Amino acid sequence: MFDFLQGYDLLGAFWVTVQLTVYSAIGSLVWGTLLAAMRVSPVPLMRGFGTVYVNIVRNIPLTVIIVFTSLGLFQTLGVTLGAERFTTINFRLAVLGLTAYTSAFVCEALRSGINTVPLGQVEAARAIGLSFPQILRLIVLPQAFRSVVGPLANVLIALTKNTTVAAAIGVAEAALLMREMIENEAQLILISAIFAAGFLCLTLPTGLFLGWVAKKVAVKR
Amino acid sequence: MKDKPTVLYDVPGPRARRRNLLWTLLFLVGLAAVVWWVVASLADKNQLEWSKWAPFFTDPRVWETYILPALKNTVIAAALAMVIALPLGALLGILRLSDHRAVRGAAGTVVEFFRAIPVLILMLFANAAYSEFTDISPDTRPLYAVVTGLVLYNASVLAEVVRAGILALPAGQTDAAKAIGMRKGQIMLYVLLPQAVTAMLPALVSQLVVIVKDTALGGAMLGFSELLASVRPMSANYGANTIACFTVVAVIFVILNFALTTFASWLERRLRRGKKSTGAVVGAGAVEDLATPGEHPDTR
Repeated sequence: MFDFLQGYDLLGAFWVTVQLTVYSAIGSLVWGTLLAAMRVSPVPLMRGFGTVYVNIVRNIPLTVIIVFTSLGLFQTLGVTLGAERFTTINFRLAVLGLTAYTSAFVCEALRSGINTVPLGQVEAARAIGLSFPQILRLIVLPQAFRSVVGPLANVLIALTKNTTVAAAIGVAEAALLMREMIENEAQLILISAIFAAGFLCLTLPTGLFLGWVAKKVAVKR
Repeated sequence: MKDKPTVLYDVPGPRARRRNLLWTLLFLVGLAAVVWWVVASLADKNQLEWSKWAPFFTDPRVWETYILPALKNTVIAAALAMVIALPLGALLGILRLSDHRAVRGAAGTVVEFFRAIPVLILMLFANAAYSEFTDISPDTRPLYAVVTGLVLYNASVLAEVVRAGILALPAGQTDAAKAIGMRKGQIMLYVLLPQAVTAMLPALVSQLVVIVKDTALGGAMLGFSELLASVRPMSANYGANTIACFTVVAVIFVILNFALTTFASWLERRLRRGKKSTGAVVGAGAVEDLATPGEHPDTR
């Protein structure tokens, strides 16, 4: 029944999906935190930049961003991100696109977390003379992160699902392999079930685990 | 989510003002360097020539042949998906609140399943299924596949929105309806659902943004001729103006979605202020959290 799987690297494709997810998650956590810091900073220009970035990027389809990294950045402007082989270039471009897109959502989640930190915390920090970067680093962000584990987990799951968009620029991840298999094998239902199960295995445990972590680390108030 | 920027820092005194000015200048220099790099590399590849951008301002044929028909397809697919997904989602949402465990469980499984799977996988499946099991012509098949994928995914997200909307209503509504002798179906149909639909309007509109954005997947992977798919033929016909085409398409998406987002938050403010409603509102921001599988706190 599963003979048709011969010759397809199913695990390899899902491994690429996982890699895309992990690299983009790290990238967007860093860039998203920076954006959130900009959006609450005392410098009006940084606040403006953060707001404009988030509002523009959130409203452009991820597919447009990913296809742009290939057609626009790579093929027109010759950006290769230090890679030489086509597959590596496309992979890195996909990570870049996913990071640029996801960080807008990380920023928004984090900002709502910053809003849950009680007034007294920041007032006390200011009273003992901490500067703005110190307040952010030592007082606000640690508490904000703990209260947004849940929303960030949702962003991570959405990111896992969004990595399929990388198929649009030929990154050999799960969705691309699925399209190839559907075209070549007469086993539509079975193939779809396998890929659906694959994504269930990736998203559901992530959600359950991080949901448990969220309860564990939440600041009791 | 209210802004409270003045909480994180004091009103700037002379030193803080100087420091802020310094940071502004540093940031400006960094930003200018990036902009300069972008402009320089664009100019280097001849992407800034006026002839590449002019068609969008001077030649109505670009709009008539490429952009407007593509925009029409985007809007049609999004609207169809919303119109079909909403009743389906309402049904699933209500079934999830059923008194019978079997019904509740079945609806829950369907909802959790379709929320855990990428839309693209659903679209690819629908496309192949239509070509194998039906005789829909290959010209319209991408539209069918895109709408099917979007409906399957969004119906299950909307099911959660409906459920959150119903659960957000004060318990007194159900109690009062029971007290005047209404049956379960009547309570749902005449008391809970009408109020829940009002309460979840902001969430519905912001889900529309997600739907509009996801139509672009059909253009990239299924050959559905929507906005993103119009970039290739456009840049082939107007002298390889890839960057200009992408800019125009992105701007259209941003305007469309920004209008929807603004409308959603206006609705939300209006509903929260309103005297006639029960005060239950499923906010525009809730859909992002409701869109992923797992148990949810019912509203924010």
